[in-house]
Amino acid sequence: MENKAVVFINQFFGQIGGEEAADHEPIIKDGAAGAAQALDAHFEGEIVKTIISGDNYVASNQEEASERIIDLLEGVEFDIIFAGPAFQAGRYGQACGTVGKAVKEKFDVPAVSSMHEENPGVDLYKKHMYIFPGGDVAARMQEDAEKMARFGNKLLQEEGPFLQEEEGFFKRGKRHQYFLPDETPAADRAIEMLLKKLNDEEYTSELPIPELDTVDISPAIENLSEAEIALVTSGGIVPVENPDQIQSASATRWGKYDISGLDRLGNRDMDAYRTIHAGYDPAAADKDPNRVVPVDAMRHFEKEGRIGKLHDYFYSTVGTGTTEGEAARMGQEIAEDMKNNGVEAVILTAT
Amino acid sequence: MKEIERAGFTVVQLANLIPVAESVGANRIVPTVSIPYPMGDPKLPQEEQWQQRLDIVERALEALETDIDEQTVFSTEH
Repeated sequence: MENKAVVFINQFFGQIGGEEAADHEPIIKDGAAGAAQALDAHFEGEIVKTIISGDNYVASNQEEASERIIDLLEGVEFDIIFAGPAFQAGRYGQACGTVGKAVKEKFDVPAVSSMHEENPGVDLYKKHMYIFPGGDVAARMQEDAEKMARFGNKLLQEEGPFLQEEEGFFKRGKRHQYFLPDETPAADRAIEMLLKKLNDEEYTSELPIPELDTVDISPAIENLSEAEIALVTSGGIVPVENPDQIQSASATRWGKYDISGLDRLGNRDMDAYRTIHAGYDPAAADKDPNRVVPVDAMRHFEKEGRIGKLHDYFYSTVGTGTTEGEAARMGQEIAEDMKNNGVEAVILTAT
Repeated sequence: MKEIERAGFTVVQLANLIPVAESVGANRIVPTVSIPYPMGDPKLPQEEQWQQRLDIVERALEALETDIDEQTVFSTEH
């Protein structure tokens, strides 16, 4: 019997539309639609359905979206779900993870995706599905899709176990019980490891502990009515002319903008502020940038005496496709600037 | 965000995708309304949008005043 696959892709790769269609609700199409054709080329079997949905919609309404997609798949016969590739698109990665996990759990089929290593979807969903390291941009479509399809073939045709070290997907932290090809018993392996450790030699643990980069929790601000608070955003709010030429995606620059004396941020129509973020629909933020950088609300609390002072500048960059390295550097630079200027606490809006 | 907290500031992150905020290691988190309009749903009348924004910022201020032992989501009604 021929193997059957279902593919999930977002509005863009499903050719429904761009950012403006990011809230599009899920639809189902027969066969391999849009970018699902890249998988079709290498999948040994038939792609029976393609689910297309706005990635914002899925990422923001995970439960509802999962239910809707499960409903669409009711009665469809399939053996595997492919989601993506999602490259470095964070919301798309999250959508692929949401759908892959939900479909896997409901229909008991394996889920396979591909994402760039810095896609936040990797850390969130690598435990739940097979995610292969992929390119950062869609130019890598063919290569990433081929990897997914070939592993899918293997999953459906072979027994396993499918080991991370051999297959190359992101480490899932799953333990497999199986016999090593050379059948060395566990006791011998443990003694070998211990001896190596005692001799300061290199050894490979069979149970690596995952690392999580956490930061110590800062203490509460004791007296907010005397504190100076700064607003920071990764939502790309800048003066309309974008004086610092902050990039709309994969940003490497940030800016600080004087708001002393402003009761609220003016909008794009007033030639005041707008968003340059390429990862979400700008309409609402352009119309009222206070939705992202709440200067008006902070002034209200400042007048009430609830806070000491709103810092004279707000800080802004764009958080889409931005590498962790660049984000960390910008964070350090922004922190340095705030430290030199009397800021005690920060409200950061992520979009 | 993390670098700002690492530098010693008390930070609260306003975010819509809570699992993402959690996985990147934000310690104080307040949920927002939506990605394109974190504070002020354009479908609502102006007055309700303003109340929404005040509520979320007030919650953020409360988060800054609260000592926590672990990652904490300070929810609002929105």
